[in-house]
Amino acid sequence: MTGAFRTASGGRIDRSKPVAFTFDGQHLSGFSGDTLASALIANGIHLTGRSFKYHRPRGILSAGTDEPNALVGVGRDEAHYAPNLRATQVELYEGLKAESQNRWPSLKFDAGAVNDLASPLLPSGFYYKTFMWPAKAWTKFYEPKIRAMAGLGRAPEAPDADRYSQHYAHCDVLVVGSGPAGLAAALAAAASGVKVMLVDEQPEMGGSLLASRDASIDGKPAQQWLADALAELSAADNVTLMTRTTAFGYFPHNMIALAERVTEHVAVPDPELPRERLWQVRAKEVVLATGALERPLVFPDNDRPGVMLADSGRTYANRYGAKPGKRAVIFTACDAGYRSALDLAAAGVEIAAIADLRRNPAGELPAKALAAGIEVRPSTAVTGTSGRLRVSGAALTKMGEYDFGATQQIACDVLLMSGGFTPSVHLFSQSRGKLAFDPVLNCYVPGTSVERERSAGASRGLFELGAALEDGYAKGADAAKAAKGAKAPARAFAAQAPRLGTDGHIGATPHNRNPAFAKAFVDWQNDVTAKDIKLATREGFRSIEHIKRYTTTGMATDQGKTSNMNALGIVSDALKTPVPQIGLTTFRPPFTPTTFGIFAGAARGELFDPARQTAIHGWAAEQGAIFEDVGNWKRALYFPRGNEGMHEAVARECRAVRSAVGIFDASTLGKIEIVGPDAAEFMNRMYTNAWAKLEPGRLRYGVMLREDGFVMDDGVVGRMAPDRFHVTTTTGGAPRVLAHMEDYLQTEWPDLDVWLTSTTEQWSVIAVQGPLARQVLRPLLEGIDLSKEAMPHMSVREGTILGIPTRVFSVSFTGELGFEVNVPSEHGRKVWEAIYASGQKFGITPYGTETMHVLRAEKGYIIVGQETDGTATPDDVNLGWAVGKAKKDFVGKRALARASMSAPDRKQLVGLFTVEPQTVLEEGAQVVADPKAPVPVPMLGHVTSSYHSSVLGRSIALAVIKGGRGRIGQKLFVPMPDRVIEVEVTEPVFYDPKGERFDV
Amino acid sequence: MLIINCPYCGERPEIEFRYGGEAHIARPADPSALSDAEWTDFLYNRTNPKGKHAERWRHIHGCGRYFNAVRDTVSDFFVTTYKTGEARPDIEESAR
Repeated sequence: MTGAFRTASGGRIDRSKPVAFTFDGQHLSGFSGDTLASALIANGIHLTGRSFKYHRPRGILSAGTDEPNALVGVGRDEAHYAPNLRATQVELYEGLKAESQNRWPSLKFDAGAVNDLASPLLPSGFYYKTFMWPAKAWTKFYEPKIRAMAGLGRAPEAPDADRYSQHYAHCDVLVVGSGPAGLAAALAAAASGVKVMLVDEQPEMGGSLLASRDASIDGKPAQQWLADALAELSAADNVTLMTRTTAFGYFPHNMIALAERVTEHVAVPDPELPRERLWQVRAKEVVLATGALERPLVFPDNDRPGVMLADSGRTYANRYGAKPGKRAVIFTACDAGYRSALDLAAAGVEIAAIADLRRNPAGELPAKALAAGIEVRPSTAVTGTSGRLRVSGAALTKMGEYDFGATQQIACDVLLMSGGFTPSVHLFSQSRGKLAFDPVLNCYVPGTSVERERSAGASRGLFELGAALEDGYAKGADAAKAAKGAKAPARAFAAQAPRLGTDGHIGATPHNRNPAFAKAFVDWQNDVTAKDIKLATREGFRSIEHIKRYTTTGMATDQGKTSNMNALGIVSDALKTPVPQIGLTTFRPPFTPTTFGIFAGAARGELFDPARQTAIHGWAAEQGAIFEDVGNWKRALYFPRGNEGMHEAVARECRAVRSAVGIFDASTLGKIEIVGPDAAEFMNRMYTNAWAKLEPGRLRYGVMLREDGFVMDDGVVGRMAPDRFHVTTTTGGAPRVLAHMEDYLQTEWPDLDVWLTSTTEQWSVIAVQGPLARQVLRPLLEGIDLSKEAMPHMSVREGTILGIPTRVFSVSFTGELGFEVNVPSEHGRKVWEAIYASGQKFGITPYGTETMHVLRAEKGYIIVGQETDGTATPDDVNLGWAVGKAKKDFVGKRALARASMSAPDRKQLVGLFTVEPQTVLEEGAQVVADPKAPVPVPMLGHVTSSYHSSVLGRSIALAVIKGGRGRIGQKLFVPMPDRVIEVEVTEPVFYDPKGERFDV
Repeated sequence: MLIINCPYCGERPEIEFRYGGEAHIARPADPSALSDAEWTDFLYNRTNPKGKHAERWRHIHGCGRYFNAVRDTVSDFFVTTYKTGEARPDIEESAR
């Protein structure tokens, strides 16, 4: 039950706590402290997935973040399902359900494996070359098929039921990685007294020390030293330790993004806790102790289940008590392979042979292996493997000076490979630090820093334990000093561990197989072989960035952690160009795949883009209003009665306003209070209109331009006092207008004594419109005489309504007699309901934005952003009258003086009548003079607004037409996909052109 | 995410600020005295340097004030910030 491949003892698993789990429905058992991968290995299971393109059987390759093959879907149910998790990082918990991916019908028999037989037809770039014809088949046939065949896990079908939280943190020194270098750095910074954060992606701190068998530090076994060091750090008040926390992004000014997995590893999560936390840490100084990744060797058939990285095999044996096999062949280019051999032998795994690419392996570890009686074969390459769902043997070929010698088949159930180590420079590179190529280690190491960070230990190529500890401590002390001028006490580490040396290999290893058929994988996850990369170079690709995209090497979810250096080696070899001249692809965040949830945080559903609601919203909702979104605002579109559709409701609402009285919630209008001794001068400069002579108590329609002379906003402005203006803007336009005003006030005219205050949210605006509006409001107002004589059209008066202070505007956006009652928002609904009650006997009718649009279009009133598009001058939309020609200057005036701004063929606002009166044009439709003209048909303009007008009993439209005012009376055409609509150009004011209805 | 030093509030994260285009382009006192070409130059033409760039920023989610900054367009890092109306600090024009 506990796994046939368990060691008898040892490891960091808790053998007193068995854990039951399932993999593809198979019931298995592991121990607390296992990962899914280690538990599978302990059960003798290596086959965990099918490859991306060829559907080849794949096994567990690594023991960490670099895992390209063992991607699984995990989840209790659909709402908690997560695809593409690396089995090497999934912690085992009771009842865990995991499934393999990209296989059908089953992992052991996968129909897609036919792709492997067809692989000569699927070289790199095959989709660029193959699926070219017919063009339509790409979206209908090829793409869906390719997506179904090639792929990773499936997306969950239920919405994510988990919570994610977001936090900020600040520290003096952030140490990323808790291996020997990171621990030593944290110890130094902690001893300096500065505020330290030490983060590690694994469930336990310790990094490589967790897999240590025979190393010692300060005379203690390494794992004992680790426990003591962690105890020392835990006891320090100035240190925060965070496990299961991945530093996945390095952003400018030392902002590091951390993903903390809080409940992912627990069988029954605490409902109070989020699944994950996003931490945005601002660190004064950073120590990157991110370690190194082992390089695989690129040899034919190196992707069979059972072929794995040598140090990972050792990790499974030492840390998890899980033997990766019974009989191992080791293929190595460095001494690390020997360490794995020795440790596996100690765990009871038979070592069949060590094939070493090097001619004369002579280090401390090879010597130990020889002494232990392990068969070592120098100048030997593995040139193939056998086995279908699990490796069953390896072909070891002796390499002579100029040719290949004999090949011998050796039976094995696990093949461990080591090409040396590649420093994990991902975060350093993300910080925009410049990498330097180390010709001895054959890899890139951190060079020049941009941010306040330093790399330590293996992440900068110091792979020996003692060197990593010493370097880590020095870097931690340096960081504390740089952050706070703090000083760390001197400390030395007496480390004893076998030396790993500096040997290694990049690129493909030599083989004597037919190159047309040998598949030596470089990128396991994206199924890229050495042959594919060579093909790309033959086809002319030179830059590694291009080769990467053409072959997709390094583009999988593992971002080439195992593949990048080998791909570079192959390109270097093929082009006979040194690696540093080929360059390196860019490392980008995230370091490992990150959930969308962690970025979304609480911004989901209703909180994603919060809706703005007016004080009267609840009333409208209770009345059954249909709402529309206007910017972030929810606005009532119309108020249906009974079974009315929009058309009937709008027609009824329009008739009510034209014949009796309507009530409309205009609270969303932007409002800005402009106050100060220079307020009128400021208004003069910001608007086209002249304001100096506007008397307090009067309103004026204002037009605002950008400096380029085009209409930016409009609105009615009330002068409340000589030094106070109540400005309204378009709905949603207030922030833009206020920013525009602030810009000029602060940076061009700081001498003007003016204050600008946004009051959009402070005022509820209730428009009462129609010939009976006066009768409705009169009984409710105190201190305001609504009579025509006392309060003419375009006036503002202050008084009270229901005892509440109010500013009443006599203003109309409907063409009828109208008032807009402004009251403080907290009283908005109360006042609305009182007006509505007062209006009952006059048939007061609530109306929505659609009716408002029809009524204003009947009057030819523009809506900025509908009739204008950022290229309309005031004159283009018939607002030339609002431009104060006598004013010396205002924003946009100089631009209006350009000749082209008054050219006669500019698009001008006109009305359109369809010849067939019931036809309603489509807004946005193009208008042409001759629909039969050869293509491209010259466009004269387009329809900007179009409605059915119930008061006119026909359709109306507004349009901007080239030279439109000169075309009034002409017939033009609106070509539509199914027909051509004939229209007549008219004046843009369709109803009451003299404006007599304001004065009823 | 950059830290930006608002001359009025101090150091704050980048998300509190909004970019405002090149600095030290004063609106002409009498625009009507400008030729079309001069007006076009004022309205549209900017230096767009590779290197040190004097530009306007607004602490929109803070004090609301505009201020000026010199930022290196190569590194994206700010060299200095200063109040509107103050002269551009004497920093070598660009990194080339």
